[in-house]
Amino acid sequence: MGALLTRDLALAVKAGGGFGLSLAFFLIVVTLVPFGVGPETGRLAEIAPGILWVGALLACLLSLDRLFQLDWEDGSLDLLAVSPLPMEGVVATKALAHWITTGLPLTLAAPVLGLLLNLPGPGYLWLLVSLALGTPALSMIGAFGAALTVGLKRGGLLLSLLVLPLYVPTLIFGAEVVRRAIDGQAFATPLAMLAGLTLATLALLPFAAAAAIRINLR
Amino acid sequence: MSIWEYANPVRFMRTSAVLLPWVTGLAVLALGAGLVWGFFFTPDDFRQGSTVKIIYVHVPSATMAINIWAMMLITSLIWVVRRHHVSVLAAKAAAPVGATMTAIALITGAVWGQPMWGTWWEWDPRLTAFLILFLFYLGYMALWAAIENPDTAADLTSILCLVGSVFAVISRYAINFWNQGLHQGASLSLDKEENVADVFWQPLVISLAGFFFLFLALLLVRTRTEIRARRLMALKARERLA
Amino acid sequence: MRLSVHDLACRRGGLPVLAGVSFTVEAGEALVLRGPNGVGKTTLLRTLAGLQPAAAGRVEVPEDSIAYAGHADGLKAALSVRANLAFWAAAYGTRDIAPALAAFDLERLLDRPAADLSAGQKRRLGLARMTVTGRPVWIFDEPTVSLDTANTRLFAEMVARHLAGGGLALMATHIDLGIAAQVLDLTPFRDTGTGGPEAGAGDAFLDGSF
Repeated sequence: MGALLTRDLALAVKAGGGFGLSLAFFLIVVTLVPFGVGPETGRLAEIAPGILWVGALLACLLSLDRLFQLDWEDGSLDLLAVSPLPMEGVVATKALAHWITTGLPLTLAAPVLGLLLNLPGPGYLWLLVSLALGTPALSMIGAFGAALTVGLKRGGLLLSLLVLPLYVPTLIFGAEVVRRAIDGQAFATPLAMLAGLTLATLALLPFAAAAAIRINLR
Repeated sequence: MSIWEYANPVRFMRTSAVLLPWVTGLAVLALGAGLVWGFFFTPDDFRQGSTVKIIYVHVPSATMAINIWAMMLITSLIWVVRRHHVSVLAAKAAAPVGATMTAIALITGAVWGQPMWGTWWEWDPRLTAFLILFLFYLGYMALWAAIENPDTAADLTSILCLVGSVFAVISRYAINFWNQGLHQGASLSLDKEENVADVFWQPLVISLAGFFFLFLALLLVRTRTEIRARRLMALKARERLA
Repeated sequence: MRLSVHDLACRRGGLPVLAGVSFTVEAGEALVLRGPNGVGKTTLLRTLAGLQPAAAGRVEVPEDSIAYAGHADGLKAALSVRANLAFWAAAYGTRDIAPALAAFDLERLLDRPAADLSAGQKRRLGLARMTVTGRPVWIFDEPTVSLDTANTRLFAEMVARHLAGGGLALMATHIDLGIAAQVLDLTPFRDTGTGGPEAGAGDAFLDGSF
């Protein structure tokens, strides 16, 4: 598993696209919003938590279709399936590599982009915390979607259609944490729900995703 | 003879051919009776006026929208566990009907909401949950359409249906948490205190039966079509190999 | 160590391809599959490797004993020869890539990215990967494609060493490698689904009349 993680990270770094592209996408989304809704800082501050969460979620989606596609095309996925590594572990490791190259940078960049949207003071810390807790679930759910569509020629669009509805609960709890923190309300409940959701996703979805991959390899 | 005999396509075709006219007849009767009674022979509500009559379409379609997904979940599970082709084809056949029911529930909900709440669309938990359900139906159908090999498609859509069901339930709770909403409570529940008045209730139950039989008739027709399509595919493949 | 196949039937894309395939390969033996294109060699090998389920029959082989090399080499273009091999060595829990490098004369290419290898060199790397798996049953699908004569000989030597060490090998190839091997022509096992009234038996959509 460790070897697979190192390999995927090395590939992401060498391919160059991984880190940079989704961060740039996140930046662009956040930049476009004020053009759409107007430059008043009060209004931007109000919608900032939602924009940052939705932006991070879309940026996360961007690189998902390559998660298994490259390994599928060059035959590695067949070889991994025959190897001693359990497919569930392969899926979980690849989701982890995806998180490290996408979710983690997005989480770290979010507070900086928060400045652009005039995110109110208490929001920064909890934006960071909620994204750190929520983005692993986004990667894992995305890996499930990628596993379903791995054999398809134009899977990218379908992948979004399959994955986005599954992102709804994570988005709701994640953005709610930040909103409540800013309004000075108690946010322990959504935070706990977010963490629980992520843990349950990480525990269960690798099995569904691995089953989907095995079916696609047949 | 066990119930699994009907999972054989040939048996299913024979049985469904006999059932179909009866189910269709029941659908026409119940739907006609329920809607005519509901639209023309019930009094206006003292607060909602005649707008309330949309309940005879809105509530049954919403009920069917959820239950059709539940049926797809069960038939997908049967496919995963017992590999009965008819079961998963029934799920495939049910999806567009379920999506249409969801769309009807959403549209009638908007039409009802406009005079009552003063807005076509309200991000109310129930409405939002139905919108999400609609997206799940779309995803399910799109996955079926995208995969060429029918057995692969059956397996993958079944997995999506199982996972999607879990997420649909979580989404429902998350949405409740997110917004408390304007929607009235359940229109039909076993708790009599909660129920709509009896004059509205009786035609509603008949419309509900009408929608159910309508779904059953559509399901039979569509499943028969799917089975024929699969047989055609198998025959063509055999011819190609010969 | 032995691989035995009893009355195996395979399907490809939901269609019957092969039926009634039976054979046994003992330790130290090799089996070469022959037959025209489309007869089902790849399907059979993938079934044996466990990548797809058998439609009928059974395969008896000790658990976790199979290594598979398909049409694609599974190489990562951005990684060096060393990194590619080291990854598979780690995946199989063997650390030493030296024998694999030696088998195909890859030492000179050690630090070159796989992207810069020629088709033949990529194939050599893909085949050398089998050595680092440390598994006794090797399955090859058209292993000699894009190999020149010298490297085909290296491949034959690698397989011969593996057999001498008590391993066994199955491969689909049209080239005579000069290794003592059973040859199995798959043509008679073709399942065209047109063999009389029982044609397509087992396919729920071909049974009976509608």
